Amino acid sequence: MYQVGNLVKELSDKHGRERASLMPILQGIVERHNYLTDEAMVEVAKELDISAAEVYGTASFYTFLDTSVRGKYVIRVCKTITCSMKGKNDILHILEDMLKIKVGETTSDRQFSLLETNCIGWCHKAPAILINEMPYTELTPEKVVEIIKDYMKK
Amino acid sequence: MTNNKELTKVDLIFEKVEAKQVLKKAFEMTSEEIIRQVLESGLKGRGGAGFPTGLKWKYTAAEKDPEKYIVCNADEGEPGTFKDREILDRVAYKVYGGMVIAASAIGAKKGIVYLRGEYRFLLPKLLLELEQFHKMIKEIGYDFRINYCLGSGAYICGEESALFESIQGERGEPRNKPPYPTSSGVFFKPTSINNVETLVTAMMIVHHGPETYNRLGTKDSRGSKVFSVSGDTPTPGIFELELGMTVQQFVNEFGDGDTKAVQVGGASGFCVPRKKFASTIIGFEGVPTGGSMKLFNSSRSMYNVLHNYLEFFEEESCGQCTPCRVGCQQLLKGVEKVKKGEMKSTYLNELIKLADTMKIASKCGLGQSVGNAFRSIVENFREEIIY
Repeated sequence: MYQVGNLVKELSDKHGRERASLMPILQGIVERHNYLTDEAMVEVAKELDISAAEVYGTASFYTFLDTSVRGKYVIRVCKTITCSMKGKNDILHILEDMLKIKVGETTSDRQFSLLETNCIGWCHKAPAILINEMPYTELTPEKVVEIIKDYMKK
Repeated sequence: MTNNKELTKVDLIFEKVEAKQVLKKAFEMTSEEIIRQVLESGLKGRGGAGFPTGLKWKYTAAEKDPEKYIVCNADEGEPGTFKDREILDRVAYKVYGGMVIAASAIGAKKGIVYLRGEYRFLLPKLLLELEQFHKMIKEIGYDFRINYCLGSGAYICGEESALFESIQGERGEPRNKPPYPTSSGVFFKPTSINNVETLVTAMMIVHHGPETYNRLGTKDSRGSKVFSVSGDTPTPGIFELELGMTVQQFVNEFGDGDTKAVQVGGASGFCVPRKKFASTIIGFEGVPTGGSMKLFNSSRSMYNVLHNYLEFFEEESCGQCTPCRVGCQQLLKGVEKVKKGEMKSTYLNELIKLADTMKIASKCGLGQSVGNAFRSIVENFREEIIY
């Protein structure tokens, strides 16, 4: 759990307090904290003067607006057909081995979450993953080991 | 023999142009003149649906409301499509240029680019380029501003009315149509929503003239198109080709010598088997595509391909209308049961009927097009689905 503090106010000052400001505000919270807590969503509702159900309704629609606990680095492995054909499972297995978690889980130190996702638009350089917003492409298990090692040092 | 064109590479979308000159030229043109040129060029929407761009602009221009919008649909989510990312990455100024031209045509002062969340890493660079662009068009005399909205991982938001809902801070659930976006789009104002590539093409039509563009392609599919090529091919990537070639010509160029099927238009498109390569034209007279071209060789199981697509749709259906929500689930369960032998192979006929019902009864393009891949894979590769 994190304390959302002044972040909602800051984001509302930046993006406005219209209904159309809801997405950028929620995206801003996720960018900072990687997921939305109930407390954060209630705070957004207060700031925008809409019901918390409206905020949750919008948030729960979007895959990238997670409403359950996520680590500092959210790894999304593309599972759509081309990545799937070009070795997505090998990538997934090496990630599971390294992080000692299964798909959908978060490491106990809250550093990494491992998820699968639909097409991220790198089919010509499959297999591909996203770590937060950064894409990594043309992966091999060896490359994945190097990338994750770097993140572990951060 | 079909009356088709040779496979010809074109350099239009990524061609370097002096944007200021083109936009100065457009600035001197009337709304009617711009629309006339785009209509004459024969340009159809490059996102996949293929609505004539000039008509869309004409309808939006005819609306009386002083507040209008031009929206650039950069929510490229169709499996196998990655051309819009490449276009934005390499020639964003031409996307913005197309938006200014569209705005002049329809009478809009505001533009919005809806960029899919998966491409957020591009945003800082795109915003820098936008800042320079704003300065440049101000010098010419345009009164127009572009803003960015980000998606958050929902395929359905590529559907125009779902995209508007998302911009408005709502769940990305498609609206009933009519009213169409041209009269009631984002913020319920008259809106022209165009794909990234469409906007760039429109700018190039103003640059080169509609006659030059019109000379490319066929009667039903004018011009050229950026293709996203992936799967079993030695040369995956982005290729701009003149429209009108057959799948056979495409496979001759991009295949690995063992291509058994090409999925044209992504998961919501059509599967073309080897025996139909020579007789199928890529374009609106044959199989239309938003650019996604996936090649499968004989080592691939078409059951796995179909299963992957159905899983995709089952997850990405917004769940709002029953035919799509339940239909996608049942199609997926259905092929699994046939594969396991829990249901007879004739059950596939029932599933095809269900897919046909979804085409009629679903609210938006997602549910309506699940049947394209389903029918074309099941009919052409029945044995692979059953055994």
